[in-house]
Amino acid sequence: MNDRIGTTRDGIVIRGARILGGEPVDILIRDGLLVEIGQGLSGGETVETVEAEGLIALPGLVDLHTHLREPGREDAETVTTGTRAAALGGYTAVHAMANTDPVADTAGVVEQVWRLGQEAGYCDVQPVGAVTVGLGGEHLAELGAMADSAAQVRVFSDDGRCVSDAVLMRRALEYVKAFDGVVAQHAQEPRLTEGAQMNEGAVSGRLGLTGWPAVAEEAIISRDCLLAAHVGSRLHICHVSTAGSVELIRWAKSKGWDVTAEVTPHHLLLTDDLVEDSPVGSYNPIYKVNPPLRTRADVEALRAALADGTIDCVATDHAPHPVEDKETEWAAAAMGMIGLETALAVVQEAMVETGLLDWAGVAERMSCAPARIGRLRGHGQPIEVGAPANLTLYDPAVRAAVDPAGYASKSRNTPYQGLTLPGRVVATFLRGRPTVLDGKLT
Amino acid sequence: MTDAISHALSGARAVLEQPDINRALVRISHEILERTKGGENVVLLGIPTRGVHLARRLAAHIKQFEGRSVPVGSLDVTMYRDDLRLRPARALGRTELPADGIDGRTVVLVDDVLYSGRTVRAALDALNDLGRPQAVQLATLVDRGHRELPIRPDYVGKNLPTSKSESVKVYLEENDGRDAVLLLKEEGR
Amino acid sequence: MKRHLISAADLTRDDALLILDTADELAKISERSIKKLPTLRGRTVVNLFFEDSTRTRISFEAAAKRLSADVINFSAKGSSVSKGESLKDTALTLEAMGADAVVIRHGASGAPYRLAGWVRGSVVNAGDGTHEHPTQALLDAFTMRRRLGPLDGRKVTIVGDVLHSRVARSNVLLLATLGAEVTLVAPPTLFPVNVDSWPCEVSYDLDAMLPKSDVVMMLRVQRERMNAAFFPTEREYSRRYGLDRERVARMPDHAIVMHPGPMNRGMEIAAEVADSPRSTIVEQVANGVTARMAVLYLLLGGADLGGEI
Repeated sequence: MNDRIGTTRDGIVIRGARILGGEPVDILIRDGLLVEIGQGLSGGETVETVEAEGLIALPGLVDLHTHLREPGREDAETVTTGTRAAALGGYTAVHAMANTDPVADTAGVVEQVWRLGQEAGYCDVQPVGAVTVGLGGEHLAELGAMADSAAQVRVFSDDGRCVSDAVLMRRALEYVKAFDGVVAQHAQEPRLTEGAQMNEGAVSGRLGLTGWPAVAEEAIISRDCLLAAHVGSRLHICHVSTAGSVELIRWAKSKGWDVTAEVTPHHLLLTDDLVEDSPVGSYNPIYKVNPPLRTRADVEALRAALADGTIDCVATDHAPHPVEDKETEWAAAAMGMIGLETALAVVQEAMVETGLLDWAGVAERMSCAPARIGRLRGHGQPIEVGAPANLTLYDPAVRAAVDPAGYASKSRNTPYQGLTLPGRVVATFLRGRPTVLDGKLT
Repeated sequence: MTDAISHALSGARAVLEQPDINRALVRISHEILERTKGGENVVLLGIPTRGVHLARRLAAHIKQFEGRSVPVGSLDVTMYRDDLRLRPARALGRTELPADGIDGRTVVLVDDVLYSGRTVRAALDALNDLGRPQAVQLATLVDRGHRELPIRPDYVGKNLPTSKSESVKVYLEENDGRDAVLLLKEEGR
Repeated sequence: MKRHLISAADLTRDDALLILDTADELAKISERSIKKLPTLRGRTVVNLFFEDSTRTRISFEAAAKRLSADVINFSAKGSSVSKGESLKDTALTLEAMGADAVVIRHGASGAPYRLAGWVRGSVVNAGDGTHEHPTQALLDAFTMRRRLGPLDGRKVTIVGDVLHSRVARSNVLLLATLGAEVTLVAPPTLFPVNVDSWPCEVSYDLDAMLPKSDVVMMLRVQRERMNAAFFPTEREYSRRYGLDRERVARMPDHAIVMHPGPMNRGMEIAAEVADSPRSTIVEQVANGVTARMAVLYLLLGGADLGGEI
């Protein structure tokens, strides 16, 4: 698996790439490291050349929130297909969420997932461990065993379920301090969201769909920030979706508490009125997601928060589902959207084209910050001599209609089909080895 | 009136004017009286919209000549048409039968223009669902020919030989502000 | 008219008036001895019912049969649907059978929109979850118009579980289109948030609305709502929002009482009110057949609108 293009040669020189959007330079990669950055590099005859004129070089993207579905739902995604999708999206590392079947709540399961990622070889798969046994919300899983395993788990989450029991949440926050772990909370007060189908607001009222109030997210975030402060722990908030949540996180950070947060690409672009009326009809469950799409005001607040750093990073919440789980009536459909292959394009559209972030900001939000939060070594580092050669080359100048037909993901549940989005990932390098060249998997 | 003016400009020809229409209706009234033994047992059923106005005029003439009040009603045939699928669904006209109904009566159907005969066929079917007349007769202001069914009128105001590429338009005071029958060359045929 | 009738919002004022005028003519059919018209001969109407609703199903069935359509009743109970067949597969089955119209009752809001994407025929919403029930609104408007004349400026008070009521949603939309002034009355727990964005007024006080109402429409309140703390007890609900004889006495003399059925006698409406001459509850049932005939005729009686899937 490791003998791909690029390893048979002595090294690779990338010509004319604009690091974080700066002036064009050449980058020489050898033995998995960035060995030289400058003008007119040759590196000798045995070096392969990648022309990168006009392309932006970013540190390889890191996703804190990916559902790879293996083990258990290999009909929706596998580690191989999911990491191929990640590579095409410019990612060199993904955090695989724990809600598999069996749940990733033991050292055995997390090691299996980690090893599958290693074998596939498209990007590093860093398993997330479940906080509670079977995501049941009752007993702590063996967090230490997962931390000590080969997978070296540092992020723990019951994602898909909220750790709603305040005592259990407190204990988890405290316990993971022993190995510098972090609890990533899916903030959703369960009683306030029983049967909830979409954002509670004017649209849900008209459509007769059970509402998902913003307060159900905000109540848990405020509680958990207070808990984290009380026990002096790190807390990470998954997929923040409301303007109110942003205010609470801003407040917690202003207190100096160690709270971090992520936002998904879809919450930066899409709004709940798509459920009522969209190019793909009314009540199309392609827009059904947890947390739900919110209002335009929420989208604006999330963008501003990502720009000013209140929200630390973008995480895809890539959630593949087979077609039969979406081609149903709304209430029966599964929640979630795929996102690995469109994340950078959506972030360019929502944040760069609007002037809210420059490419350095994109690198920080999509690579450095998530690697830092996940305590992931070898990823999310500045593009400097001596750093591991985890790189993404991106062409921001093109625009194209989104067409999932060619996606590497096993699933097709993208909400962007038919939209025109900017940008294209041209190449991805994982420790010097190209996983994607010329926009195609190697 | 703008409608009539535009027709005049586009080569429409008035084949009957108000006095002609009146004379025709007077004559038909007399014929009905002759053929039905003084209008005994007769019910006039107009087919909306203009057939209803014509039926009322015939009843008024009969009242004037014989002093007899002949019951008048309207019979909408839309739901019985055989060409419904050729056009978008259309609004229904009114069906109003005289209080004593049509059973055992001599029903005279009244329409403005008789052409293919399909409207009359639909009217006969509609009548069949509404009761059992003793006899059914047909009066029309204009018979323009080109029958597609074995139907013939009992009373005709004017036989008007036409080409299929032409159309016949009846204007009535009650509906259109003036009385006239126009023959139009249809464009684009 | 659009090809489907899924929401009352699909109807323009002209569409709605055309349906009501057509229903006026069709009402005469039910008074004559032969109650059948040949209009939809050779057309197939499928009643696709995923929820039990005998009254709505037989109303559509009678309407289709009076227009001579072939009617296929497809009840989800005891069929392949209860064995896990998806709505899409059911839709493809109906499509293969050549359904010209599918009348769908479904427990999930929005299911008719999904169905409309998978079948070529017209889709008529016979109630979807807590979303809409447009033919109920049409028969209600038809009933009001027959009793009170044109609806412009008429004051309609709709009382009860607005949050979960598809009848309320469709009525608010249709009555606003027809120019009536609607006020919704319920305890605050039984309104959706942002109800103020609807084309109607909102009140918590039934007694204040009674003297100025031309129509008081009571909605069914399910007893299970009590367990979810929407209101404390049946007795308290009934006392604050139930329509009893004393409340009816405070309505104007001409005002009518409506209920879409099935009723909880003694809960939202007192038995003596339901059975009083002001009550249109039995008329509503008869008018349901007529209004649905008008809808089926206008959707199916003309040229095929040539929908694409």
